[in-house]
Amino acid sequence: MTASAEVARVFREEQGRILASLIGSVRDFELAEEALMDAYERALETWPVRGVPNNPAAWITRTARNRAIDRVRRRSNWRDKEPVLAHLLSLRAEEKQEKEGTVAEVIPDERLRLVFTCCHPALSAEARVALTLRTLGGLTTPEIARAFLLPEPTLAQRLVRAKRKIRDAGIPYRVPPPELLGERLQSVLSVVYLVFNEGYSASAGSAVVRRDLCAEAIRLARLLVELMPSEPESVGLLALMLLHDSRRAAREDAEGVPILMAEQDRGQWDRLQIVEGLELVERALRMGRVGPYQLQAAVSALHARATTAEETDWPQIAALYGVLESMNPSAVVRLNRAVAIALAGDVLEGLRRMDLLVEEGRLTDYVMLPSARAELLRRLGRWQEARDAYDQAIDLCANAGHRTLLVRKRAAISAAQLA
Amino acid sequence: MQYMLLIYSNEKPENPPAPEEWGKVMSEYMKFTEAIKSEGIMIAGDALKGTDTATTVRVRDGDAMHTDGPFAETKEALGGYYLIDVPDLDAALAVAARLPGSWYGSVEVRPVMMPEDYQSA
Repeated sequence: MTASAEVARVFREEQGRILASLIGSVRDFELAEEALMDAYERALETWPVRGVPNNPAAWITRTARNRAIDRVRRRSNWRDKEPVLAHLLSLRAEEKQEKEGTVAEVIPDERLRLVFTCCHPALSAEARVALTLRTLGGLTTPEIARAFLLPEPTLAQRLVRAKRKIRDAGIPYRVPPPELLGERLQSVLSVVYLVFNEGYSASAGSAVVRRDLCAEAIRLARLLVELMPSEPESVGLLALMLLHDSRRAAREDAEGVPILMAEQDRGQWDRLQIVEGLELVERALRMGRVGPYQLQAAVSALHARATTAEETDWPQIAALYGVLESMNPSAVVRLNRAVAIALAGDVLEGLRRMDLLVEEGRLTDYVMLPSARAELLRRLGRWQEARDAYDQAIDLCANAGHRTLLVRKRAAISAAQLA
Repeated sequence: MQYMLLIYSNEKPENPPAPEEWGKVMSEYMKFTEAIKSEGIMIAGDALKGTDTATTVRVRDGDAMHTDGPFAETKEALGGYYLIDVPDLDAALAVAARLPGSWYGSVEVRPVMMPEDYQSA
């Protein structure tokens, strides 16, 4: 492997671990990142000449620490200069005795502290996503900007502001204590799921960039499961994303028009992801602390188990949504439950629940409500109402492919049926 | 680190609390103050008189201009503050959540600039 390819590999695979450890020693995001950039530059200069070191990640970490020492020394008036410098020098002294080891032996794993700090609720949701992807993912700032359709300077500015707030507002660099852990874990999981959904259902962006975001979210969830193996919701989230992602190849036709699950070619579903997802659902549920991500994963697992759409266990799915609604009575959960009840056989009850959401003025700009209503009205042969509901859905739909699907469905209601 | 907890609330609510409710709020504030004093984290804390007692001063070209009223007319007005000394933002946010002002209105948590911040700024 060439030196520059090796630098790129370290960046992609070990960045999170190296940065987490560096921030732990210098107590400052910006300084840690600057020092790390210095170290990459140094690697690009020296590795082609002297060869790639045995443990490239450890070399990068050590070099970055030394660069941080130089930078701290140069900043005559930097806050906490003396304690940080003393700490860094003591680490350097320890290193002298270290032998070459694996990454895990040489760099202590502080990524969990980094995860919780990046997802701190005192940061805006956008900042949490950007910071998590930038520090724990192997994505560059331009890559993240492209994925979220943002101008690069906007994203860069967002990152700078977030890092400064962490320092200036005194956001602690730590895994939260038990009394805060539950709430903070929710924040972490929602950041990861947001990244996934951005990739899975974004209304714009190239397919490749979107696939990268899903892969990145799955990688982050794997990391959380590895770092916190006894948290069932992390396991549930990983299962949920794998099961969704397993349908990627089947969910759009060649023109990018979405294919409803009932009409998908199930042979195109990714069996490996399904097998892993199903195992993870089982594992999470065995821990005996059910939560929203586990329930959604359990629903997705029932879809994955059905070899044909007709075999789908809708009564069981409706029951799972009932439990989910009792935990999280959001309008979207209520809509999903209504759909499941209808498909389990009670179309009128499903429709009644959807009409209730309409009466309450919920989800007025959510395309799935009129489109699901239209579908049920069509099944009931209430053609004119179905067509009106399709019209509402088409008006709300921003995604070109999805819009095409709705227009086709509306057109399928023939003049004879309306007469 | 030192943090300022700025208490904002609606000065003229549509349904002002009855006297016995005021009594309850006052005793909640007293309990909170006693608690953070005994925890050794309170530096200062006061309630402010209403914004109808406020005067805003601006000096331009050497001339002082006085305006009757607060700096900005908003529905939620600054009504009091606590100054505390705790290890980090998590601790400050936890104190803010115990502050009765956060139950009825909003509490803004702001780190205080210390001498070393002036140096590195």
